[in-house]
Amino acid sequence: MTTLQRKSANPIAHLSADDIEAIGRELDAIRDEVVASRGERDAAYIRRVIRVQRRLELGSRAVLIFSLFPPAWLIGTAGLSIAKILENMEIGHNVMHGQWDWMRDPKIHSTTWEWDNASPAEQWKHSHNELHHTYTNVIGRDNDLGYGIMRVDEGQRWHPIHLGQPLWNFVNACFFEYGIAAYDLELGRNLPSKKRRRAPEFKARLKQVRRKIGKQVLKDYIVHPALSGPSFLHTIAANATANLVRNLWTHSVIMCGHFPEGVETFERNSIEGETRGEWYLRQMLGSANINGSRLMHIMTGNLSYQIEHHLFPDLPSNRYQEIAPKIRDLFQRYGLSYVSGPLPKQVGSAWAKVFRLALPNRGAAKLAADAPRPPAPGRGPANRWQRPSEESLSTPVSS
Amino acid sequence: MAVTETLRSGAWRVVELLTTPLVPADYLDVVAPLRNPGVLRAKIEAVRPETRDSVTLVLRPGRGWRPHEPGQYVRLGVDVDGVRLWRAYSVTCAPGGLSVTVNAVPGGAVSNYLIGNARRGMLVHLDLPTGDFTLPRPRPGKVLFVTAGSGITPVMGILRSTLPELRDVVVVHSAPDREAVVFGAELRALAAEGRIRLVERHTRTEGRIGPAELAELVPDLSERDTWACGPNELLDALGAYWLEAGIADRLHVERFRPTVIATGDGGKVTFARSGTVVEADGGVPLLEAGEAAGVLMPSGCRMGICFSCVLPMTEGAVRDLRDGQITTAVEGDNVLVQTCVSAAAGPCHLDA
Repeated sequence: MTTLQRKSANPIAHLSADDIEAIGRELDAIRDEVVASRGERDAAYIRRVIRVQRRLELGSRAVLIFSLFPPAWLIGTAGLSIAKILENMEIGHNVMHGQWDWMRDPKIHSTTWEWDNASPAEQWKHSHNELHHTYTNVIGRDNDLGYGIMRVDEGQRWHPIHLGQPLWNFVNACFFEYGIAAYDLELGRNLPSKKRRRAPEFKARLKQVRRKIGKQVLKDYIVHPALSGPSFLHTIAANATANLVRNLWTHSVIMCGHFPEGVETFERNSIEGETRGEWYLRQMLGSANINGSRLMHIMTGNLSYQIEHHLFPDLPSNRYQEIAPKIRDLFQRYGLSYVSGPLPKQVGSAWAKVFRLALPNRGAAKLAADAPRPPAPGRGPANRWQRPSEESLSTPVSS
Repeated sequence: MAVTETLRSGAWRVVELLTTPLVPADYLDVVAPLRNPGVLRAKIEAVRPETRDSVTLVLRPGRGWRPHEPGQYVRLGVDVDGVRLWRAYSVTCAPGGLSVTVNAVPGGAVSNYLIGNARRGMLVHLDLPTGDFTLPRPRPGKVLFVTAGSGITPVMGILRSTLPELRDVVVVHSAPDREAVVFGAELRALAAEGRIRLVERHTRTEGRIGPAELAELVPDLSERDTWACGPNELLDALGAYWLEAGIADRLHVERFRPTVIATGDGGKVTFARSGTVVEADGGVPLLEAGEAAGVLMPSGCRMGICFSCVLPMTEGAVRDLRDGQITTAVEGDNVLVQTCVSAAAGPCHLDA
């Protein structure tokens, strides 16, 4: 098990270049259909979710004013946890992806949304929308493969520190919103180097993060507790618990997106000159879904449709469920594996990988990972945005 | 004084910390959307049909509204099929209230939506009144209003407010037929009372009025301060006539239709902030066109999914390279476009 390019049995060996471009065209057609039919129903959906979330949060925080009383503490904390999860997943993540920009509502727009999370929206959008979604699952380019603290693929070099990675992963899960902030700041890369940590751009981003964390901490641990008077300490505990619940839940869901067994990773040089069709294919192979109820889908922010989301990150999240059957069918017709499973199974699979790869490669995995790196396709710069015209299918397109 | 100000702003900062990163008004929206001081909205109080294709909306503006000057217009933001579209409408009532009269535009998204769907209780977004199609003070002695079709709306707003202050008013209005005259009954009543002189032209049977004929109908035309509103052809013709007569400063014009956006292939892209102008090919993304010309362009995935390259287009037309869809903007708009997957489809202005 290593990158797709080093596998002895290549799961896409049966696809020709024309097949891949045909996949691209079919997916573009599905995309066009959704874009053409976006309308009132979708706008009403996101507005309803926002309304529900804000009412839930307002109500929960009001209940927590009386958090001294155990029933109030329980109800308030549960409500606040759900509200924070909804805000981060179904609302924040999706709005920041530009999924609702088409509505031209400045209040629900990727350029203005700030989410209830330690990491500033601007920095999240860069590391997530730009980097993760462009370089999905490419070893050495997609830092979501382990968040810089773990190795999740045989193709990633082992280091003794990885022996502790189950623990690092658990700590990261508990403090995930801070983990995301640190990740977006690329602290692992920037702090060790004196030059990098003194760079004005880094210092500015650090300041931005400090201010965001400052406001979040004041809100959850000072101002709201103060508002609850004698329930001060109980409210602090309630808010801390809600944040913890949200961190653990989002961390688990996000792990299910790209870590479970069956998800492919890719060589760095394999994406040179990548076409639109090839990018689509990489998204298909590099993502995994979660099966579950409607409630589960909304609590994961529809990231249970990770495959659909990675194919179309900017389409309204409520549409992923609708197009999933078509996507599944596409996988089947082209002989590809649609990785999906129930939540406990997927989370278990991801954690199993974390444990397994805490140790250095052995046996067949070691052989595969140590195999010589396959050569690059030797093409020009990638032009993933360009839809192929009929004539340009077999000739490389230069930009 | 300064102490109370500091205390008040400090107290407000604490309130804001309760809701950060949202602002308190965002939660207020959940219960009382009209009370939001940051987002101006109006509630439709009444919907009154005027003619077969026009409707008056009586609106109750929210917090932050200020009264208009008669003749001014407001922009209404209406969510049509999920998308917020903004259109300008002249205010047709006296200051103190807010009402607009929507005329159906053939193929128009917002006008037809409002005429078909506006209901009491609906919320629309609003912008503060603006425009300089207003009467000066002291009021002019002799006034001429030349209007056609929906152009009567700002004039009606003026008549309903300022008529008592005007001595001598002539209204020359054109409409396809008698039933199509918006506010027809009210205008005729005013004429019957002798408060205005009304010249009604039914263009379907009597043809259109040109400036020369207007001069015959209103012999003391050159002595009157004139306000004109209607189709661009009419306003262009009047403008030329007044200019030739050397009285261009006595003509005030309000246009409803913007200049037509050319949607050819490629075009001149103007980057407002740097002042750079680029002649861009219709197949080249704006992002690349700007970068090639040395403009600092934000960018990200360069493939249309991360929205990091989004810039406001203040005027013009662009084509989405992915599906050929055209997005247009007219002066006053601020339409956000993804520069990495959009190319110029005619001249356009980007705020970058």
